[in-house]
Amino acid sequence: MAMTDGNRSYSVRDMIKENKKKQSGQQFVEWLMPKLLLLTATISVLTTIGILFTLLFETFVFFERVSIVEFLTSKEWLPWDEKTGSFGVAPLVTGTLLTTAIAMVVAIPIGLASAIYLSEYASEKARKILKPILEVLAGIPTIVYGFFALTFVTPLLQKIIPNLGIFNALSPGLVMGIMIIPMVASLSEDAMSSVPNSIREGALGLGSTKLEVALKVVLPAATSGIAASFMLAISRAVGETMIVAVAGGSSPVFTFDVTKSIQTLTAYIVQVTTGDAGYGTTVYYSIYAVGMTLFLFTLAMNLLAQYISRRFREEY
Amino acid sequence: MELTVVKERKNKQVEERSEKNVVYRTKNLNLWYGEHHALKNIDLDIYENEVTAIIGPSGCGKSTYIKTLNRMIELVPSVRTSGEITYRGRNIFDKSYRVEELRTQVGMVFQKPNPFPKSIYDNVAYGPRIHGIRDKKILDEIVERSLRGAAIWDEVKDRLHTNAYGLSGGQQQRLCIARCLAIEPDVILMDEPTSALDPISTLKVEELVQELKKNYSIIIVTHNMQQAARISDKTAFFLNGEVIEYSDTDKLFSNPDDKRTEDYITGRFG
Amino acid sequence: MGKLIDKQRVVQHMNGRLLRNNVLKFLFFLATLFGLIVLVVLLYRILTQAIGWLNLDFLNNFPSRRPENAGIKAGLVGSLWLMVIVAPVSLILGVGTAIYLEEYAKKNRFTDFIQTNISNLAGVPSIVFGLLGLTIFVRELNLGRSILAAGLTMSLLVLPVIVVAAQEAIRAVPNQLREASYGMGATKWQTIYRIVLPASIPGILTGSILALSRAIGETAPLVVLGIPTFLAYLPRGILDTFTVMPMQIYNWTSRPQADFQNVAAAGIVVLLVVLIFMNSIAIFIRNKFQKRY
Repeated sequence: MAMTDGNRSYSVRDMIKENKKKQSGQQFVEWLMPKLLLLTATISVLTTIGILFTLLFETFVFFERVSIVEFLTSKEWLPWDEKTGSFGVAPLVTGTLLTTAIAMVVAIPIGLASAIYLSEYASEKARKILKPILEVLAGIPTIVYGFFALTFVTPLLQKIIPNLGIFNALSPGLVMGIMIIPMVASLSEDAMSSVPNSIREGALGLGSTKLEVALKVVLPAATSGIAASFMLAISRAVGETMIVAVAGGSSPVFTFDVTKSIQTLTAYIVQVTTGDAGYGTTVYYSIYAVGMTLFLFTLAMNLLAQYISRRFREEY
Repeated sequence: MELTVVKERKNKQVEERSEKNVVYRTKNLNLWYGEHHALKNIDLDIYENEVTAIIGPSGCGKSTYIKTLNRMIELVPSVRTSGEITYRGRNIFDKSYRVEELRTQVGMVFQKPNPFPKSIYDNVAYGPRIHGIRDKKILDEIVERSLRGAAIWDEVKDRLHTNAYGLSGGQQQRLCIARCLAIEPDVILMDEPTSALDPISTLKVEELVQELKKNYSIIIVTHNMQQAARISDKTAFFLNGEVIEYSDTDKLFSNPDDKRTEDYITGRFG
Repeated sequence: MGKLIDKQRVVQHMNGRLLRNNVLKFLFFLATLFGLIVLVVLLYRILTQAIGWLNLDFLNNFPSRRPENAGIKAGLVGSLWLMVIVAPVSLILGVGTAIYLEEYAKKNRFTDFIQTNISNLAGVPSIVFGLLGLTIFVRELNLGRSILAAGLTMSLLVLPVIVVAAQEAIRAVPNQLREASYGMGATKWQTIYRIVLPASIPGILTGSILALSRAIGETAPLVVLGIPTFLAYLPRGILDTFTVMPMQIYNWTSRPQADFQNVAAAGIVVLLVVLIFMNSIAIFIRNKFQKRY
């Protein structure tokens, strides 16, 4: 039947049939692979569970020694003295919020302006050159930014603000903002690029300038994506470690003065783990409580970002 | 030993033919996409070594039907079927019937040429390889024979190891036919195989179908009535998920029984 | 009834609008250039500091109390050792997860849950992964401050990035190719292994190399694990203690002596060269194998 061209000594169809009988291994692989792959997929879930339980258990131990009320309400963070120590997380939180706020003052306007330029004004060619440069900026290790903040930005700022300390909130905040620009720019640009061209053309057809199209048509249409990018940027700044650990200092003081040395949640964890806080001390357990605070804060920001982009997703 | 195998096969074929040369028998087939009732009470017999064309307006279920014949339709989530399709006497929905086995015997050519991003040679050798044929000499022979069978050998013999994406659309489609021939299927399903091709490539594929008919049973879905009239022996007209009329192509196009068939083939709708 | 629109005023108004457009366009452009300017300043600054300190001795020396003798050998070798764990572990887990989610998983709550979990995991600060690694790998599993413990921690950290990159690459493989393969009687795994994976491997590799370069530059989780900075020997196996380049740079940066800042700059140059090398490979793969289906 098949290909009866006469000069052929075997049939593929029969060889396949012959092989099928032997291929019980194949069926085993078919049965096994989805299970193995599911196993790999559960690792990510286990990681989350691992993070949650680690933080919860050790935080629990911490709260057996230090009251949760003190942790949340005291304005003093003096962990090093076992007897008279005080564990009020507020100074670390203000330190974190201070550097984060400075970072956002840099990252949000510049990031958004870059996004508008890339999405609404730049030619295809310009975009192809500028976007990779922004990606490079995002790919530089944070320790390098930390070094840059401490050895370049701080001395530079000291020329303008003479009473700026060697360690301060301003310099790491600014550098962190620079680091986060690409994130805001690229996420916001994604949101703006997904606004269909027909809407732009409609506005341009009425005689709008590109600026009016960008600000009055595209930005409002992309609001949810842009807002989500801000949330993620905040989350990133809150969790950032090396820049603030290197250039922000290690003085947990309740202050909003950007020229003074501060300490963030992350920098505190670094300080404890680089030092010799023995396993089992209250200081040791305190890093988990601080870590938990950090985790909950960033998680809330990420969930908020997801909620915003899902809830207010523009349908075109 | 090999000779006896061939002899046995021939004997079997003779037996089968004398029995009755129905390849596919569809009995009371219904199919739903979620709530949408896409195929309604289909009854259809498809015969060996013939070209059976399935025509009808878009959305009539013709593609759904052909994809049900090799159970490709199951790749769509939330598909439900009832009724029976027997292929050579065996119910294809039977639990013990593995889809891979069915699809080895029933080849398929798709609407858009879909060669793999591999060399021409590797495209054709793909089928035999997954079915455990690894001998280089045999593979070489299969590749050449299949490419000849799909009337594309002369065009590609000097560049077997270049990427298949370098071929033109028409060549790609014939390569896909060659890929399908390489595992020597019994039936070839063609789902609008020329809809993405230019007229000259279409002609070549149509000539090829006429040639292949000698050795294979071919079921072809087409939206092009002239094509159905030119190349098929039998034609089934589908409308809204039902078979309106099924008969010899000559009869269906010259003297249809049903008013709706007449309306469709005279271009009054669709 | 007069005209509702006064043409003359529209024209006058127009000049102002166009001016505003051009001024802001320029400002937006400056904002975009800002990143480039900072990048140039940063690189220039680091290079000028590093010059004179960057030589073969620097690559070949162990840490030292004296800046002129300090070298990055232990960190450089340690970073490579780290990859010995991170590359295979994160690739297998990441690509496996991606295949599961894209090819096998049914669209149900559990799948949604895994997917949401991965995007949340991507947003967890790296230092928190350090706390996880410290508790689970260093203490509970008693792996100590070893390459293995650090490698596993880093693998989990970059896992979400690799999963997402691999998912995108797998999703980009057109369904027609899967259909063609199934149509030949291929099984699901045969189709994945022989068609889907080969077609998506350039995308997977590009994303993975970028993720691995993130692991090379990451410092915070390793600080938390307690990876030492001052090591005068090379590790011999994955259970040995070690140090990495970012840890050494961190250590040099935090020293008071000014010369150590130059050493840190030299270390940064070496780190950046390694990262640029990895990124070039990724870009090369992306351009070389860019598929048009």
